[in-house]
Amino acid sequence: MGEFKVHRVRFFDYMPSAIRAMAFNRQSERLAVARADGAVEIFNFSDNYFQEKVIPGQDSRAVEALCWVDQRLFSGGLNGEITEYDLENLKPRYTVAAYGGPIWTISSNNQGTMLALGCEDGTVKMFEVLAEKVQFQRNFDRQKGRIISLSWHPSGTLIAAGMMDMIRVFDAETGHATHRLLVERGVGASKSREVVVWSVAFLSDHTIISGDSAGKVQIWDGVTGTLLRTHLVTKWDVLALSVSQDQSSLVAGTSEGTVIQFQLISSTVGQQDKEWVRTRTFKNHSHDVRALAHTETAVVSGGMDTQLVVRPLLDKVEKNTQESSLRKIVFPHRSLVCCAKKAGLLLFQFPEHLELWRLGESEGHGKPGDSLTVKTKPEKLIQLKRKGEDHICCSALSPCGGWMAYSTVSSVRLYRLQYNNNNIGITKVSRLPKDLCSVHQLCFSSDSSKLFASSSHSSVIVVALNQQECTYLHTLKPKSSSRQPVHLLFASEDGKWLATANTDCEIHIYNLDKLKLHCTVPVYSSYPTAIAIHPLTSNLVVVHADQQIFEYSLEKKEYTEWSRKLQKLGLHSLWLERDTPVTHITFNSRNPAHIILHDMFMFCIIDQSLPLPEAKTLLYNQMTLRSVPEPERIRHSHAFKICKNFQHLLCVRLLEDHSLVVVERPLLDIMSQLPAPVRQKKFAT
Amino acid sequence: MAALYEGYTLCGLVPAQNLSHSGIQGIEQERDSDHVVVTDSTRSVTLYKVSDQKPLGSWTVKQGQSLVCSAVFNSQTKEYVAVSDNRVIRIWKEEDILLDKAFKATVSSDVWRVHCVHGGEPVVLFQRGAVRLLDSLLSAPQQPIEEILVQEEAIRWSTNIVAETQQFVIFTTEQKGDHFLYLQRLNPNTLQRYRLEREEPGLGPLSFSASYRDKHIHLLYLYPNGHVYQSVVSVRGLGTEEGTQALPLPRSLLLSLPVGEGLLEAASAMVLDEAHVAVVGVPHPSAGAGKDFLCIWNTNFQTLQAGKEMAGKIYGQLWCYSNKLFIPHGKTLSVIPFVCPKSSLASALGKLKQAKTEEKAQPSRTVETRKTVCWLTTAPVEDVEKEVEGLLSRSDIQDLQPSVGQLVSVLVSRSLTDPAFYTPSTLAQLVHTQCLCHSVCPDLVLLALEKKDYFLCQLCLQFFPDIPEAVTCACLKAFIRNEVLQTAYSDNFLLPHLKDLSSQHVVLFLQYLQFLYLKYSQDAFPQMHGLRSPSLTQIMDWVCLVLDAHFTVLVMTPEAKGLLLNLHSFVKSQVRLVSELGKIEGSLQELNKMKVNKDVGQYSIEIIELF
Repeated sequence: MGEFKVHRVRFFDYMPSAIRAMAFNRQSERLAVARADGAVEIFNFSDNYFQEKVIPGQDSRAVEALCWVDQRLFSGGLNGEITEYDLENLKPRYTVAAYGGPIWTISSNNQGTMLALGCEDGTVKMFEVLAEKVQFQRNFDRQKGRIISLSWHPSGTLIAAGMMDMIRVFDAETGHATHRLLVERGVGASKSREVVVWSVAFLSDHTIISGDSAGKVQIWDGVTGTLLRTHLVTKWDVLALSVSQDQSSLVAGTSEGTVIQFQLISSTVGQQDKEWVRTRTFKNHSHDVRALAHTETAVVSGGMDTQLVVRPLLDKVEKNTQESSLRKIVFPHRSLVCCAKKAGLLLFQFPEHLELWRLGESEGHGKPGDSLTVKTKPEKLIQLKRKGEDHICCSALSPCGGWMAYSTVSSVRLYRLQYNNNNIGITKVSRLPKDLCSVHQLCFSSDSSKLFASSSHSSVIVVALNQQECTYLHTLKPKSSSRQPVHLLFASEDGKWLATANTDCEIHIYNLDKLKLHCTVPVYSSYPTAIAIHPLTSNLVVVHADQQIFEYSLEKKEYTEWSRKLQKLGLHSLWLERDTPVTHITFNSRNPAHIILHDMFMFCIIDQSLPLPEAKTLLYNQMTLRSVPEPERIRHSHAFKICKNFQHLLCVRLLEDHSLVVVERPLLDIMSQLPAPVRQKKFAT
Repeated sequence: MAALYEGYTLCGLVPAQNLSHSGIQGIEQERDSDHVVVTDSTRSVTLYKVSDQKPLGSWTVKQGQSLVCSAVFNSQTKEYVAVSDNRVIRIWKEEDILLDKAFKATVSSDVWRVHCVHGGEPVVLFQRGAVRLLDSLLSAPQQPIEEILVQEEAIRWSTNIVAETQQFVIFTTEQKGDHFLYLQRLNPNTLQRYRLEREEPGLGPLSFSASYRDKHIHLLYLYPNGHVYQSVVSVRGLGTEEGTQALPLPRSLLLSLPVGEGLLEAASAMVLDEAHVAVVGVPHPSAGAGKDFLCIWNTNFQTLQAGKEMAGKIYGQLWCYSNKLFIPHGKTLSVIPFVCPKSSLASALGKLKQAKTEEKAQPSRTVETRKTVCWLTTAPVEDVEKEVEGLLSRSDIQDLQPSVGQLVSVLVSRSLTDPAFYTPSTLAQLVHTQCLCHSVCPDLVLLALEKKDYFLCQLCLQFFPDIPEAVTCACLKAFIRNEVLQTAYSDNFLLPHLKDLSSQHVVLFLQYLQFLYLKYSQDAFPQMHGLRSPSLTQIMDWVCLVLDAHFTVLVMTPEAKGLLLNLHSFVKSQVRLVSELGKIEGSLQELNKMKVNKDVGQYSIEIIELF
């Protein structure tokens, strides 16, 4: 196989943002997650928890609560506004001010007709959900103290509201408070501090469950307004609650990073009376658990430590299956790094800015396992702060390193870069075609003469670049009527093909010479997570969220022989069990049979000339191969060369000089930048 | 083993001027075992919560009036009953604030005491021996009260006991040196009179204690000569015919407590359970005279189970409520929790056998020891040595401690009084048993010093765990040896005593310490020194202490100058060595760290090989 020189990069200080809120849509099995920077992410739980959509954040938008109404997603934030999201164009559709100060919580009734908001000024505000907007209907009786949490009774006639030191039950018809449930404060020093009811849940049998800042989970009788049971679960706060759909199980998230499950069971065998019994404690977080979702089979939790954790409930899933293993989602399922392989440059994308780095150079030679002397250190050439309030959603660097572009939901910016020895000139291209305003993905052609930008309805805008200006050429449109955004773009090395993949799982191939659609790859049920076109054979390689690999001949418009062989034999079970998606594919121009791809924990060179690994074959066989004498290696070799030397990978690329670039972001480095794992002080408490 | 725990103070006392009386008239249990009513000898009644050491309420009669007896608590009615000015019965509740406004009734005869067992009905005992239930008395307060006692007969002590369902008032009287016991049964009323056997002429019982078990009333009484007798009266055959004729009361000697010289003055013995007796005011057998102890004795084995020195004068008063002893001493009333586990009584059958054989051997030994002790006070030196050797050789080691303690204190006190008498080998032998400590025979070390018996001193220093710092210093003064350095001490207590050493002594001592230190620090094989040599740190600690105590004096003393300079340069070189070692340690640790941190670069270019 051979030796590689590897640029091991650890200077990308990528820092995920803390998870602030989440909402699970049981119908579509989509989880919406809001982060502290205002970004909203959609994960598809029916397709390997793939992060299918990301709506970038905005400086002024602090999302405090999320709510699905049917397939529409709403958020409320401390800026006092309700936002509905456009999930097709990945941006806010509109915002409406609630005029009640910061919004702490937002909740819809089961019928999906009303939104209830809990506001800082002590009002519960009702908004009617209309086809194209939400409209203010009325305020409930104003209370002293902010409304922190809300929960509708499933019938839609009552609402429980968590406040400071108490829970109020409102009649949703009249807007009058019907009950006042006093929540006890903590003991000792915290006695003097108001207790915050961070979360409430109103069950069909009129049981109200509350979680508060004194560390209690309390069960109330909502009919009489009496306290039934108190579970003291933590010294700190109980921040989040979530109830299963059948209302037989409940989870509570605490500041200690624990998630505690309660189940409605009879405490003595054979007895009819059921009560809420504390059953399990999960500790998968180091910091506050701020958001929870109880799905049919799992508990989903997230918080300060930025990780999204899917913890299956082992009584609900079959043991030893993919479904039964714990998932931690730390990195985004898309690439934040762009590599100019001819120039040896790396572009790092942050929400706030871009960083352009030049790789270092080495001196002399070494044998495998050696570190070479770094002659020239890597250098940060440019740090470019974005303009405006909106966060960066995508960015691109041309292979020659001469062009750089980024986009927010509202605008695209293009820069011309010039290198004169040690001086770097950066010029903003002033007049961009007006079509180039809201794009989801950016990509340069390999000769840096064109910029491709994916736009609404899966269309791609093609722009021609020359020394001074850029001109609009064409808009490529698929034949399908899909309204979904394109999340992957790939321009072939020879400049002839452009491949796009959208969140309807469609892959379209355009002929750039003719500027028209060449073909559409047969739709596979799982999301494409990475696509690439081979520079010599013009075969399209696609890897999906379920880890399947396909190779499709663009010339013959059919799957290749190798692809069929792979499908017939099936991928190795260990390959399928990996729980992070492949986010990039590249090829080795020295050896056309090589496909290089990576996920978070490994990179793999697939040698198409070697036999495929069978079920009984050792998949991770590099150690074995290393230990056996050379003549014997061929006997043990198979197509999948997996290297796990580098971990928590954000990027693996092959430069033109055939050296590899790996960008690592060790999770320990992320952990070390988090605040100390103590109770987080939340605003206004 | 019975044990006395760390006590605590319930309240302060105002004892009589001449310390003849504690100032407490009585302590009675209130609503539960944690509440008691304390009646002082003049005017006031105070309710305490024992575990909180806190008074909950207090009631006082007017100036000029006085309380006759201990106030009692009637738990049925939640009322307190007390008697003032001999004839006025007062009844009040906890919420009553002023005693004067509470219920009062004047009766027609002088009252001796009111008794009330917990849960029972109060009973009034009149000075002339008549008994009435409080209720029936109050129904007609002025009813005539008969006289039971004859002229010149007076009540000395009384109590109230419930035996099964029968309530008894028990009291003792004295008439011209004769003592009588009266058993008054209530409902139906019967009275029985017994005559106590006479002890040595002129001796009357110091204290009584009555208990009821196995259908018998057990009366325990202590005489000033240390004898504790028990008399048992069946409650069954009682009072079929009422008669004033006094029956003789059979008694058995339960314990013969050592009283030292003279007779006991203020002492009392109290039954704790069938096998244990608490005794106060009797000297500890091995603690010498002049100390007041509270002890628990096992009456089956006649062994001392636990002892506790009580600071201040003991008044011979003692009360016991549910595993707590209440004892006034000096100017405080202390509460001392205790346990008397039953298991030691060999409740299990297997153990019972063992206990029985022990029981046989034990009294013989104590008797023998007691005999020896008497004999020791007169016998010549050679015989004493022989006798003690014999006693030690034939006895098993178990339970040696009391006898050894007793022997040593006798020998020591004899040696102190009789300058011709000294038995170094015997004492050495006894110290060698390792059953002794300084507190058992406080005079031994000083005696040895006086007799210049350094060998014995050395032994004591080696074996005694509790030598006071003052004595250690006395030893230091007398001779300077290894053993002194090894004894346990506390800086704070030692320092003031060290200051008593003269400067010549200090210089000598420092020289010796320096010699030891140099010898040790040059010696490559410290383990060769053996058990009896002090460790290097012990030497250093002593150097520091001696310097601390005498620094100014030493600076002024010309002959100490060389010594101090030597010590200074020595210490300086040691400090330098340590700091150099510290540097080496630091750099070695740094090396260790570098190895770990090798990979944590921001950027590296590496060669890998895939197969």
